[in-house]
Amino acid sequence: MKQEFPKGEIKSIQGRSFVIKGDDIDTDRIIPARFLKCVSFSALGDQVFADDRKELKGNHPFDLDQNKGANILIVNDNFGCGSSREHAPQALMRWGIRLIIGESFAEIFFGNCLAIGIPCLTSSKQEIIRLQSLVNENPNQVWHLNLKELSIANHKEKLKLNLEEGAYKMLYSGKWDATSQLLDEEERIKKTMKNLPYLNNFK
Amino acid sequence: MSSGTLYDKVWNIHRVKELPGGSTQLFVGLHLIHEVTSPQAFSAIHEKNLGVKFPNLTVATVDHIVPTSNQQRPFSDPLAEEMLSTLEKNCKYHGIKFHGIGSNSQGVVHVMAPELGLTQPGMTVACGDSHTSTHGAFGAIAFGIGTSQVRDVLASQSLAMKKLKVRRIWVDGSLQKGVYAKDLILHIIRHLGVKGGVGFAYEFAGPAIEKLSMEGRMTICNMAIEGGARCGYINPDETTFNYLERKEYSPNGQEWEKAIAWWKSLASDSEAKFDDEIKLDGSSIEPTVTWGITPGQGISIKEKIPNPELLPHNEQQIARDACKYMNLEPDEPIEGTSIDVCFIGSCTNGRLSDLQEASKIVKGHRVATGIRAFVVPGSQKVAQEAKQKGIDKIFLKAGFEWREPGCSMCLAMNPDKLEGREISASSSNRNFKGRQGSANGRTLLMSPAMVAAAAINGKVTDVRKLLED
Repeated sequence: MKQEFPKGEIKSIQGRSFVIKGDDIDTDRIIPARFLKCVSFSALGDQVFADDRKELKGNHPFDLDQNKGANILIVNDNFGCGSSREHAPQALMRWGIRLIIGESFAEIFFGNCLAIGIPCLTSSKQEIIRLQSLVNENPNQVWHLNLKELSIANHKEKLKLNLEEGAYKMLYSGKWDATSQLLDEEERIKKTMKNLPYLNNFK
Repeated sequence: MSSGTLYDKVWNIHRVKELPGGSTQLFVGLHLIHEVTSPQAFSAIHEKNLGVKFPNLTVATVDHIVPTSNQQRPFSDPLAEEMLSTLEKNCKYHGIKFHGIGSNSQGVVHVMAPELGLTQPGMTVACGDSHTSTHGAFGAIAFGIGTSQVRDVLASQSLAMKKLKVRRIWVDGSLQKGVYAKDLILHIIRHLGVKGGVGFAYEFAGPAIEKLSMEGRMTICNMAIEGGARCGYINPDETTFNYLERKEYSPNGQEWEKAIAWWKSLASDSEAKFDDEIKLDGSSIEPTVTWGITPGQGISIKEKIPNPELLPHNEQQIARDACKYMNLEPDEPIEGTSIDVCFIGSCTNGRLSDLQEASKIVKGHRVATGIRAFVVPGSQKVAQEAKQKGIDKIFLKAGFEWREPGCSMCLAMNPDKLEGREISASSSNRNFKGRQGSANGRTLLMSPAMVAAAAINGKVTDVRKLLED
């Protein structure tokens, strides 16, 4: 059964996990450009990592039976670099991913994930390697993210994670979908506009 | 924390509110949209019954999916046609100005907006495209956003954003003959890494930067994102003002002098504080070519492909992947590498001066046998001006194809693609696996003049040898 898309407060996530190895995995690899020819995100789940998967002929982590239904992705350094396409986090989310943990994330990708309620947490290179080997030892184990504690744990190991405060607060309070907050500030927006020379004939 | 920089000044005047989550609600002065990252944003505002708050502050064009051979409507690709007609409908419904096919002002969004004078110093510029950093060349804060943020900007003309740190990249000296802005930015990314700029805005400054034309400056800022920096900028100066004078959307009459006074006041103060500063010598940079699968994997034309085992530990694995994918041997020179396809165009290097410099190399030569070479002007205006100067003829005579404007083979969302294992010499910005439309196609990034040299010799060539002729 497909999980619901993220909604409201995100305080904990649990599920099975798997690893996508490699530094600098760009959004063209996560979702090749030909799949951007769409006016809706709905079909993207099946197309995630399409070219990498084709090359591995069924042996890509996104194709392995053992990873079906998993929702936590463990990656390496600078994940999601390159193109700003939100299609990349959308594809991961629509496949079933709800949480990504890695050494670091590209900035736009991190923001795009946050905007759809997918937390991206980080840890040191060493800790990520440890987490990846723990995950690989047993793909069936269930992991628990405790957002307040900034930790992820299985039945016996617990690892500390990092998340910048702003993103933490937005996820924890359920205010990661910014639109309504932004709309509340109509008066202030108008005031800001009045002070911008280029909108006021450079007076 | 930075203070007194252009980034700080522009940020401060666009701040609407500090949000509870710790980010800032930032007003967006110019919102650019195109067919790929906007349809879902429009759907979202329709679903929520929201309107477009300030339709006059959003400007649209079509670039990613347009065919470059035959632009007759309907496009032969029904998906491409659907994307364009969806954008047309959305713009019409919300009263957004659309620069479409046949408008004389359509083009790659980061080429057409500056040439219309839409991009000006002191603005915040957002667009659902990572190369929005291009507009920082004018002393604007310009950055790429995702589709959810496009929705937010349409609905509120603002977005939630965290303030970046500022790193000044000071480039001394001046670029040698045959060395261009593209070489400089590839050199910078090579040395700071593809994630070196994460969390930073890059201020590019110093004599070598000041000597660049606006088009060169756009090339530099365009690729800030390839170094991980979401935004890159250059302080506005006489070069900026001269470029903007008498552009369609530039201030005019009495406003012009006032605008210049304000723009001048925005430049980083002499005592500005940066979070980080680095210095480079521009005079020692040579023509630069990427050999791998990230824009950081570049070397000078005189260097050999690095041996992964001799690189710093954290670069070894991706270098091994790159050698395997590219089918290039470590310790072999990059010069002389055979190529199949030559592409001159893109938001990085599809402007008039790019085509002009490349045409100087091409003039009087022929494209080598078996090479598919084509030029895609960045916009309809670039195409027109190039034709007026006879540049199209130079390319056509040499055996290049001359196409209609669009993003084309930079990301191959239209019919222009590499096939199979083909290897391209490309003036675009990304050499990622599969980027140019074939899952195992290969890309060597370089300046347009270097692409022209490669087309003539059928292999990677030091353009300076052709300049000596």
